[in-house]
Amino acid sequence: MSWFIKKRQQKTAVEARTVRVPEGLWIKCDACRELIYRAELVNTRNVCPKCGYHFRIGVEERLASLLDPGWTVLFSHLRSVDPLGFVAAKSYAEQLRKLVESGQTEEAVVVVEGRLEGREVVLAAMNWDFLAASMGSVVGEKLRLGAERALEKACPYLIVSCSGGARMQEGTLSLMQMAKVSAALAKLDRAGIPYLSILTDPTTGGVSASYAMLGDLNIAEPKALIGFAGPRVIEQTIKQTLPDGFQRSEFLQAHGMVDKVVTRTELRRFLALTLAWMAGEGAPAAE
Amino acid sequence: MSVKPAPQAADLSELEKPILELEAQIRTLEVDPGRSKEREKLQRKLDKMKAEVFAGITDWQRAQLARHPRRPYTLDYIERICDRFEEIHGDRAFGDDSAIVGGLGWIGGQPLMIIGQQKGRDTKQKILRNFGMPRPEGYRKALRLMKLAEKFRRPILTLIDTPGAYPGVDAEERGQAEAIARNLLEMAKLKVQVVAAVIGEGGSGGALALGVADRLLMMEYATYSVITPEGCASILWKDAGQAPQAAAALRLTAPHLRELGVIDTIIPEPPGGAQMDWDGAAQNLKQAVLQAFAELASAGPEELLETRYQKYAKMGSVGS
Ligand SMILES: [Zn+2]
Repeated sequence: MSWFIKKRQQKTAVEARTVRVPEGLWIKCDACRELIYRAELVNTRNVCPKCGYHFRIGVEERLASLLDPGWTVLFSHLRSVDPLGFVAAKSYAEQLRKLVESGQTEEAVVVVEGRLEGREVVLAAMNWDFLAASMGSVVGEKLRLGAERALEKACPYLIVSCSGGARMQEGTLSLMQMAKVSAALAKLDRAGIPYLSILTDPTTGGVSASYAMLGDLNIAEPKALIGFAGPRVIEQTIKQTLPDGFQRSEFLQAHGMVDKVVTRTELRRFLALTLAWMAGEGAPAAE
Repeated sequence: MSVKPAPQAADLSELEKPILELEAQIRTLEVDPGRSKEREKLQRKLDKMKAEVFAGITDWQRAQLARHPRRPYTLDYIERICDRFEEIHGDRAFGDDSAIVGGLGWIGGQPLMIIGQQKGRDTKQKILRNFGMPRPEGYRKALRLMKLAEKFRRPILTLIDTPGAYPGVDAEERGQAEAIARNLLEMAKLKVQVVAAVIGEGGSGGALALGVADRLLMMEYATYSVITPEGCASILWKDAGQAPQAAAALRLTAPHLRELGVIDTIIPEPPGGAQMDWDGAAQNLKQAVLQAFAELASAGPEELLETRYQKYAKMGSVGS
């Protein structure tokens, strides 16, 4: 694959910047442009020590940062198929096949059961490495099954979102996953079971317009891009440049959609605290 | 709901002046252990002075005390009565109104929802908090937090301190009246214990929108009124200068409202008012709040709703 094609692919994968921490001893922060010693990022959970920029992290790292050791992965037998025989510049079937060949063992969402500071939870984390964590039938089904599991166990359900949106390659079936997951969340709501939505960079399109916005609490990592329409689409439509901070977590909080912006290093403590409140327990001792 | 400055007649600051002077004198003696006798004597004099001065306080002076610039505000109380508090933002519809704060709290180990109007202390804070005058999104945030509490069966405490709902164009566009009305309806239906405490100014509908409760408490020098004394004076006397008369006529003080059956409990304030001793005031508030929740603890949801309905059914005075 030639260099410029790769570049183009990255740009179309998601409208926001797609920063991953690159390999190497030193890396440059995408936000403040400072050089950071890579080893330092391990301690800060991939948060820039200079400016607080939150680098995107993988599912394993996310699970490790939130859960006690020893979780169980659920529903990992479910695999994406190509229901429409979808072919655009690339064939969807071919894309899926290549992902499997490249060693992608997990779909665009990973659902686990485990413990968060000792409390049983079902937690789903979206996986950016699988087609920009786009929401296809498998994502919807896994999230539904996750909700059912939380209902069975009467334990809290947490979804860590990041997504480019619906998976166009599955057409209207993809759109329907928004309704499917929301219906499952309605069941949890009726049963009085906590559902916490954690929004990370970027959470856009159909994911933002369904389960990501439906938490009993909507909690966002700092400066995450969150919105229905992507900023480029908006700029092209209204023919204006968007202001700094538009559609970032802090903007969403000021506009009433995000309940609290919480840094990655504080997230686990904050989740434990709110779950204790919802369970009617005393506040866990401060660290 | 005028926000004009109060007329200077019979101003509270004149009453406070000798008290503040004596307090300053006592503070200078505190550094000298050799003069502790003298200090104790002055302290007794101070206590006596406070008791005398505030025993004869007029309703107008009480109205000024309720909006005293050094009075503790909602977050000052939250900080003192809670083991822990995490603020939650936004109405999930339009914005996050800083004139209302709310969040997950713990008092005496018990988790509950706390919501209140928030005033600002310095100019910058006053503007940020919009002088404690909420917009519709503030009331909608409050309602959303109450619903969250109801889902998880946590009791609700509201702290009331507002000159009134914000009278502005944007507030009207977004349905100030609808937002207040909605809260009255929904609060009547909440299946969890609700305790409200007027801690400062209970400014009309903007206060009531957080105030439909199973127990309504009121700090000793708080006020709760259908209109400010100034507003009433300028309408019914055609002269805002008649505010002291209006303050007396409106019966807006805690003792009057206790008599009228509007409030359940008067929470005593430290001598001279809450602004003299925030910790003492908070201690009294906490005790009254815990007492109120304890009284309500055994009631089931249906009983709560019926008792709440009966409480409001009795409000008012009718002849036949
Ligand atoms: Zn940086």
